Amino acid sequence: MKRNRKKLLGITLATVLSLSTLVGCGNKNAENTTPAGDTTTTETTDTTKTDDSGLSGSITMAGSTSMEKFATALAEAFMGKNSGVTVNAEYIGSSAGIESLIAGNVEIGNASRELKDTEVSAGAVANIVATDGIAVITDANNKVTDITTADLTKIYKGEVKNWSELGGDNMPIIVIGREAGSGTRGAFEELLGIEDQCAYANELDSTGAVLAKVASTRGAIGYVSLDVLDDTVIAMNLDGVTPSEDTIKSGEYTLSRPFIMATMGEISAQPKEVQALFDFIKSEEGKALIESVGLFTAE
Amino acid sequence: MEQLFSIKRSYKNRSIVEQVAQIIFVVCGLTAVLAVASITIYMIISGTPALFQVGIKEILFSSDWNPTGTQPQYGILSVILTSIVGTGFAILIGVPIGVLTAVFLAETAPKSMAAIVKPAVELLAGIPSVVYGLLGLMVLNPLMYEVELVLFKDSTTHQFTGGSNLISAVLVLSIMILPTVINISESAIKAVPTYLKTGSLALGASHIQTIFKVILPAARSGIVTAIVLGVGRALGEAMAISLVSGSSVNMPLPFNSVRFLTTAIVSEMGYAADMHRKVLFTIGLVLFAFIMIINMILTRLLKKGGNEDA
Repeated sequence: MKRNRKKLLGITLATVLSLSTLVGCGNKNAENTTPAGDTTTTETTDTTKTDDSGLSGSITMAGSTSMEKFATALAEAFMGKNSGVTVNAEYIGSSAGIESLIAGNVEIGNASRELKDTEVSAGAVANIVATDGIAVITDANNKVTDITTADLTKIYKGEVKNWSELGGDNMPIIVIGREAGSGTRGAFEELLGIEDQCAYANELDSTGAVLAKVASTRGAIGYVSLDVLDDTVIAMNLDGVTPSEDTIKSGEYTLSRPFIMATMGEISAQPKEVQALFDFIKSEEGKALIESVGLFTAE
Repeated sequence: MEQLFSIKRSYKNRSIVEQVAQIIFVVCGLTAVLAVASITIYMIISGTPALFQVGIKEILFSSDWNPTGTQPQYGILSVILTSIVGTGFAILIGVPIGVLTAVFLAETAPKSMAAIVKPAVELLAGIPSVVYGLLGLMVLNPLMYEVELVLFKDSTTHQFTGGSNLISAVLVLSIMILPTVINISESAIKAVPTYLKTGSLALGASHIQTIFKVILPAARSGIVTAIVLGVGRALGEAMAISLVSGSSVNMPLPFNSVRFLTTAIVSEMGYAADMHRKVLFTIGLVLFAFIMIINMILTRLLKKGGNEDA
């Protein structure tokens, strides 16, 4: 009996080991090859919904962390309308997103910057879905709340080092920015024409970190997406223009950038569900959604 | 009849179980080897192309880091130096504190004190590194900023960093290596044969003299092991220092915002593309090489220590 039990244990262990590796492979295959099988079950449970488009399948997207809020809201709204479609969004950075698009791992690559030449030549097509504004922020106690583009340029190039030079307190300027490769940094430097010339005191690797550092450091200046602004910091007026939807749409506020959902080849060449997603973005509902997350429609 | 059958069966059973168990052990044993081998191969495959495409000199011996510029520059000299200097100073601060704490715990501490210090050290080892980073960010950086404001009051060239500098990173690192240094030094000190200590005391040496002239020299190889492990810990740490060091690429001067090998990878991996990404893998390879060297030193020391005992 005892030996039998031991034998059983040994064999079970071996089977579990070998099975677990098999299952690991099996799962992946199932995900990749049989999305239709997955969705038929969901469809049958959701047949009560009348507004169902009858679409089925799954859309995977990956990319910019700046687009997280937008992409999550989009995925939720789209799945609410098309219960047969699953939208999976990952936030791994613009470059990594486009890279997985080109590698064929995802259907949509999100980028919060213009596509690079190498990416376009690899087959990625840029579809601008929205526009984002970049706000220049400073700590809540700073007396300087209005800044000219020329002064901002000088601050980031390290030519102006003290707020007293701009009419503020005698306080050093702590220049805070994002890490090289960040979409926000790329857009900011390009819009101001100061690529490769910035003298950053801190290069932080997320929007939240910039916000927190600026809020907690006297005399700090930084830049973040317009839609993440909160009361802990002051959003500075640029050349007398307050950063807001109206001023960005009218073109008065100059620090804005595109949000791109790139596809391999034109949208018309995509699977039906991906086409439907882009149609949804262009619909009235989609426009309302874009505005609800603090962005501005592409048109 | 039945008995004969059962004996046969059990013999078979046993040999099957033996074989299966043997296979399972081999598979488990190979997992670690496989992991190390694949990581090594992967790091070399993904880390070396950039070295040759950009040039070894341009990467390892240049301090111009501008990976996204129109004329991209991938010099990581200042990043390498920061890791070496930062780790070095963290060791200079952490090791004396750690070793003396170990002496205290092993030799001089009254039982009631040891009952407080020992669990505290163990707790310190269990605190996640991101918590060290957050504390550094909220407490250390503002303090450093005040010091910076006073020290560089009239400076026209200093770039103010808001307290995110090399000193902050070094202080955080030196606290993080304490548990490693303390625990291993303490075991080494406790392993010193009692006759050395009693002999020294019997010859009229005081307790303190015995500690510094007899016990610590006798525990030398264990303490060196502790230091080497501390170096490995400090060199490989990323999360905590990425929060307090400011992460700008600068030469490792005390009040400069600096970037370590680890934080260089962490901070830019998300958005890096093309050659920039390859160079980040090269940084990983450099870090990997450093850790390997540390490990080899450690292995050699451990072997040497064993021989001394024998």
